[in-house]
Amino acid sequence: MNKEELSAMIAEILSGMGKQPMVKGSEYKPTHEEPQPSQEHFHPGEFVPDVTKLNLRQLYLVDNPADGEKFRKMKESTPARLGSGRAGPRYKTVTMLRFRADHAAAQDAVWAELEADFAKEHGLLPTKTKCNDKEEYLTRPDLGRCFDEHNAKAIKGVIDKPPQVQLVVGDGLSGAAIAANAMDCLAAMKDGLKARGIQTGKDIFVKYCRVGAGDAIGDITGCELVCVLVGERPGLVTDKSMSAYITYRPHTGVSESSRTVVSNIHAQGTPAYEAGAYIAELIETILKKKVSGVGLHLEAAQ
Amino acid sequence: MAEALLSVGLDVGTTSTQMIVSRLTVTNNASAFTVPELEISNREILYRSAVHFTPLLEGNLVDGDKIRQLVEEEYQNAGISRDEVDTGAVIITGETSRRENAKAVLSALSEYAGEFVVATAGPALESILAARGAGAVAESRATGQRVFHMDIGGGTSNMALIENGEILCTDCLNVGGRLIKLDGEGRIHYISPVLTGLCKLSPGDRATEEDLASVAALLVQALEMAAGLREPTPLLQQLRSAELGDFRGCTVENAVISFSGGVADCIEKEHAPFAFGDMGPILGREIRKSRLCQGRYRIGQETIRATVIGAGCHSAQLSGSTVFCQNVSLPLKNRPAVVLEKEAQALSAPELGERIRQKLAQQDTLPVLALPGWKAENYGCLRKWAEVLARALPSPVLIAAETDMAKALGQAIALHRRGDGILCIDRVKLAQGDYLDVGNPVGPAFPVVIKTLILER
Repeated sequence: MNKEELSAMIAEILSGMGKQPMVKGSEYKPTHEEPQPSQEHFHPGEFVPDVTKLNLRQLYLVDNPADGEKFRKMKESTPARLGSGRAGPRYKTVTMLRFRADHAAAQDAVWAELEADFAKEHGLLPTKTKCNDKEEYLTRPDLGRCFDEHNAKAIKGVIDKPPQVQLVVGDGLSGAAIAANAMDCLAAMKDGLKARGIQTGKDIFVKYCRVGAGDAIGDITGCELVCVLVGERPGLVTDKSMSAYITYRPHTGVSESSRTVVSNIHAQGTPAYEAGAYIAELIETILKKKVSGVGLHLEAAQ
Repeated sequence: MAEALLSVGLDVGTTSTQMIVSRLTVTNNASAFTVPELEISNREILYRSAVHFTPLLEGNLVDGDKIRQLVEEEYQNAGISRDEVDTGAVIITGETSRRENAKAVLSALSEYAGEFVVATAGPALESILAARGAGAVAESRATGQRVFHMDIGGGTSNMALIENGEILCTDCLNVGGRLIKLDGEGRIHYISPVLTGLCKLSPGDRATEEDLASVAALLVQALEMAAGLREPTPLLQQLRSAELGDFRGCTVENAVISFSGGVADCIEKEHAPFAFGDMGPILGREIRKSRLCQGRYRIGQETIRATVIGAGCHSAQLSGSTVFCQNVSLPLKNRPAVVLEKEAQALSAPELGERIRQKLAQQDTLPVLALPGWKAENYGCLRKWAEVLARALPSPVLIAAETDMAKALGQAIALHRRGDGILCIDRVKLAQGDYLDVGNPVGPAFPVVIKTLILER
């Protein structure tokens, strides 16, 4: 086949596209009825239904299922986007919109700043890592783990002797997670620690905080244990998930394996107050065993 | 982490007495990076006793001494000792003298009773355990079907309606294979008093197959009524087990009927009419011919052993894994539930305190306060409840919540009641009239048994 023949063939194929399928008219039967435009019309000023209000665990969209009710029951146990049906080979509109809405919420949560007076309002010492803005925080993890002299001095200023336990709240990658969970968790934790006779220093809030900021606070305060409540990277399930990172004898350069983590603290996971009570008990154990992280698990396994 | 509970089930029925030993494996399903979540992950039957005839004294009373002997022997056969047993249940069934029999068995087994978390049970619990033991609950969960399970034993039929693995309601009728006992020639030597007015035969008579079939047909009609396949008549009320009170009225529609119990073995299999010295084979045959077997039905994975397997493997559940316990001596037994409805969580502190005091005033034994559906908006709200509860509740403080909040709530109560006995558990749903037993902890969780009827000791 020479070049002209090939071009001619392509031109012929292209000219056929957009027309009726290349079958004889009498043989052409659509496998489905063609969709009709929706009868619902929206008028200016009205809102379309909010797709983020739908409870995905109860939403089952497959047409003509063998046993939809059973699938719905099973679906209640997972946040996974299952049983969403299809329109031809693609998602249905509502599935697509919800996915994009959740994705947008996750992205927004990363960029969202906590209210400026969050720390003051809740009686926390306001501090900031070396990051100057969100962009720097996201691109320079190293700066999110240390303090400038001014902030270090502020922390030193509220400590008269090295506290046994230092509690830290940091925005991390989700300010929304901290706004939703941190104070409930902190209050339950402090009640639990008080009941156990464990002293805490002045609670510190860290803006642009990485988990490692707790190590720097260990250097500054000389605390025996640091517990950092930090907002986790938002996902499609929730943008409000918080974790607690507990480190025994924290100092700059401490190994990541020496951290004990309690994750998934949010309304659909472990409720903040229940997590707080659990962490208080965990802190007591760590202080008793004088080890956190993998070492604690090894000890428990013995 | 995997821990195990050794569980013993003992079923002292009208006809047969059986025992099983099982191992319940407890594992933590959560990852190392979240709070623990313990569950009973496996139920393995280690030993099944033979099916013994229940040793009886005069007047249908169970011979407690013989039961103790039997249990001793079976412990030996199973190769276990009393101090190894962590949990279990003794189920005492029977159409008459249930209370007396329970007392006799309990006092005979008093040296064993310490290990059994449940020592007595009622017909509703039997229905639940039989449905679980026969595999009907698991099947309903796996297939999503509505299942109506009937455990037809010697003296009673325990029924449970199950949907998606959840038991919706239970019922119990005095219908069983040994309401009439006879010898190989058909000479009757016992007729249960529950058949008064339903049967013209009397002890000493020689019954024909037809005589028994007509009695069995009446009993089967009552079963059909319970299953919603026949209009109820006074017959249903007459045969209903007195302890259960009124039937809570569930509609049994489009359900697969499932059978267990000794009589279930006579439904599909033809036995000689007097083979077991009772009317079981004839009752089974009547069931096969009845409306119960016209639609979808099946015989359970376990038949005659369903109740004992339920008692051994399915009586214990686990509480949530973040709970609070200080200075409470375990096991706790037979604590009546006082339910504080979900609506009460909106009350102001003084109103809530008053409501609790009113509820407790009606109770003469130390109850467990149940908070079904209660969910705290935030810790401040939880702390408010804790203060009210700390003031209103007697010592030790016993609380069973449904949602995940027991550790925080217990801890907050402890701030007001330092050093006092407090047990606060969650993931436990109690209803008014339930009784709760709590065993020694397995890791951070507690094994619990919810009972629906209790017999005073």
